[in-house]
Amino acid sequence: MKIAIPVDDNTLDTRVCISFGRAPYFLIYDTESKEGGFQENSAANSPGGAGIKAAQTVVDSRVGALLTPRCGENAAEVMNAANIKIYKTINDSIRDNVTAFNEGNLELLTDIHPGLHGGK
Amino acid sequence: MRIAVLSGKGGTGKTLVSVNLAAVAGQSSYIDCDVEEPNGYLFFKPERVESEEISIRIPLVDETLCNGCRICVEFCKFNALAYINDKLLIFDEVCHSCRGCVLFCPEKALGERNKVIGSIEKGVSENVAVATGILNIGEASGIPIIKKLLHDMPPGSSFIDCPPGSACIVMESIKDADYCILVAEPTLFGVHNLNMVHELVELFGKPHGVLLNKCLEGENPAEKYCLDKGIKILGRISFDRELGTINSDARIAVRENAKYRDLFASLLRVVSEEVQRETALDS
Amino acid sequence: MKQLLILSGKGGTGKTTVASAFIKLARARVYADCDVDAPNLHLVMAQHSEPKRTDYYGMPRAEIDPELCIECDLCRQYCCFEAVTANGGYKVDYYACEGCGVCEAICPVEAVSLKPAAAGELMLYRNDAVFSTAQLKMGSGTSGLLVTEVKKQMSSAIVDTDLTIIDGSPGIGCPVIASLSGVDMVLIVAEPSVSGISDMERIIKTAAIFQVSTAVCINKYDINQSNTEKIEAFCQEQRLPLAGLIPFDTAAVAAINNGQTIVDMACLAGNAVKDVFSKTMSILFNENV
Repeated sequence: MKIAIPVDDNTLDTRVCISFGRAPYFLIYDTESKEGGFQENSAANSPGGAGIKAAQTVVDSRVGALLTPRCGENAAEVMNAANIKIYKTINDSIRDNVTAFNEGNLELLTDIHPGLHGGK
Repeated sequence: MRIAVLSGKGGTGKTLVSVNLAAVAGQSSYIDCDVEEPNGYLFFKPERVESEEISIRIPLVDETLCNGCRICVEFCKFNALAYINDKLLIFDEVCHSCRGCVLFCPEKALGERNKVIGSIEKGVSENVAVATGILNIGEASGIPIIKKLLHDMPPGSSFIDCPPGSACIVMESIKDADYCILVAEPTLFGVHNLNMVHELVELFGKPHGVLLNKCLEGENPAEKYCLDKGIKILGRISFDRELGTINSDARIAVRENAKYRDLFASLLRVVSEEVQRETALDS
Repeated sequence: MKQLLILSGKGGTGKTTVASAFIKLARARVYADCDVDAPNLHLVMAQHSEPKRTDYYGMPRAEIDPELCIECDLCRQYCCFEAVTANGGYKVDYYACEGCGVCEAICPVEAVSLKPAAAGELMLYRNDAVFSTAQLKMGSGTSGLLVTEVKKQMSSAIVDTDLTIIDGSPGIGCPVIASLSGVDMVLIVAEPSVSGISDMERIIKTAAIFQVSTAVCINKYDINQSNTEKIEAFCQEQRLPLAGLIPFDTAAVAAINNGQTIVDMACLAGNAVKDVFSKTMSILFNENV
């Protein structure tokens, strides 16, 4: 399955980003072929609606799951509409989270926070 | 004569001043534009209240016409749209009602519908017409409510209780005002925020003066600021526990006590003279 | 590391007065002012070096190039914000424009373009402590993003500390929600007035949505004893811990006007806030209290 993780950087030693919508990149990783790549998040600097736009990017990458520490309600609604499951990351290490995901040890993210409706 | 009452920060006494001025002015109206935290109605306890819902226009998709071209999704600068599983998702509370998606949809698949974001309550309290704008919890912008409040403003003397700060919502509230009263506290914080709101009224070219509230013995940094900048000081309200108690109980001081009636009546006289002088200068 | 956020709902209840006293008492090495509309914390937290400044960009604003404009009037007709004026050449009102881009897209001759607009400024001080703050420009929209940036800037400075203190903004809107994310506890500075109680209830509801534990302290409690009792009863009913009462004290005003916190000089309010501080710390660091 392909999974997406918000990350701080597009380098191999990158960490999980604490924000989903405003993460600079997403790591798109295929758990079967063990291949991965970085997808730039064009929503990172959006004053408003970043979660929605970021979620669209993730959905368009055709992943089956999202691993993230936090997720807003709008982004979660997009994920639900696309039938993508959201899992809660355990720490900021990519390796730990991918291993935990493969072993079925990640829990679904349930504490979806209300959106930070920005803008004017 | 339309008087806007504003201050750079909350808690300086905006509501105290606008409520009591309206109450002492006789036939007048009080308009609460602080739609996030409206408090004036707690004082006036208006009767014969009529409520009106305020809506904005947001897009509505006709799924039979949408072909998934995503032009609307790409266009929306607010990221209020997503196209997922062959369906357009619309996020109402992110939408700014710019109509761009409706205009540029090549299939004419987007129309509009109304969405309620808050309400306006109008009532009377003795001879004051009280209008309160209320933004529903979770809505981003109260500007459409303020526009409607000011659009419906009756002729005659009106006192506009503005939101705190100097953001765009305050600009909207003072747009139609003939005169602005800046309420300031005698603290360093008060001066810093007075400076911001002073810049705002200067930018809009609004005639204005400062009312010094909660004055204590000793140095008043806000007063010093006004003297340095040559800003008209409309009056001083001394800190007093009796006024503090009346006000914190949401009672109207001028309706209870002759001392405060005189205080606000003379403030009203000063403001009226200022407004007349400014109008004379204008014509 | 624990994050304590100080909020009030209503403005002017003494949020910054309490926050600055807490920072002094805790000898906090990391703190932030998230009241980006009207930041005040820097006024009582003297900094002896210049901060690192970073521009903050909000929504872009439209601009019309008069050289290219053919005065077709389309941009004015289609702008939903009445931001385009035609008197003496077509112009966009910077403060009315929301950056939606309709004018740019509708212009037949590409005379309109969206330009980045600085909506505020971030400041990061690194002296004895790290202090992150920002100022939103006049007329800019309230912005959760700028608050998020203030907190991000604060976390970017890696300092070994077990407590950070954040001064929040008034209201219940998006800047408050942005300041709530990731905090361990909220201390609400309430004021014993009918308006203050009404606003306090709204902010408590907002904090509850985020499941952040909340405590209340009452400032200027002696201004209106019966309202103070109402707040105490409300806290008991809602099972919210009460962190203490602070009296009205003209010496507190004098301290602030000297650019000091209320614990920098001997005064009643300063003594009271010390008790509020120790009670708050025991709630924050010991879940069982």
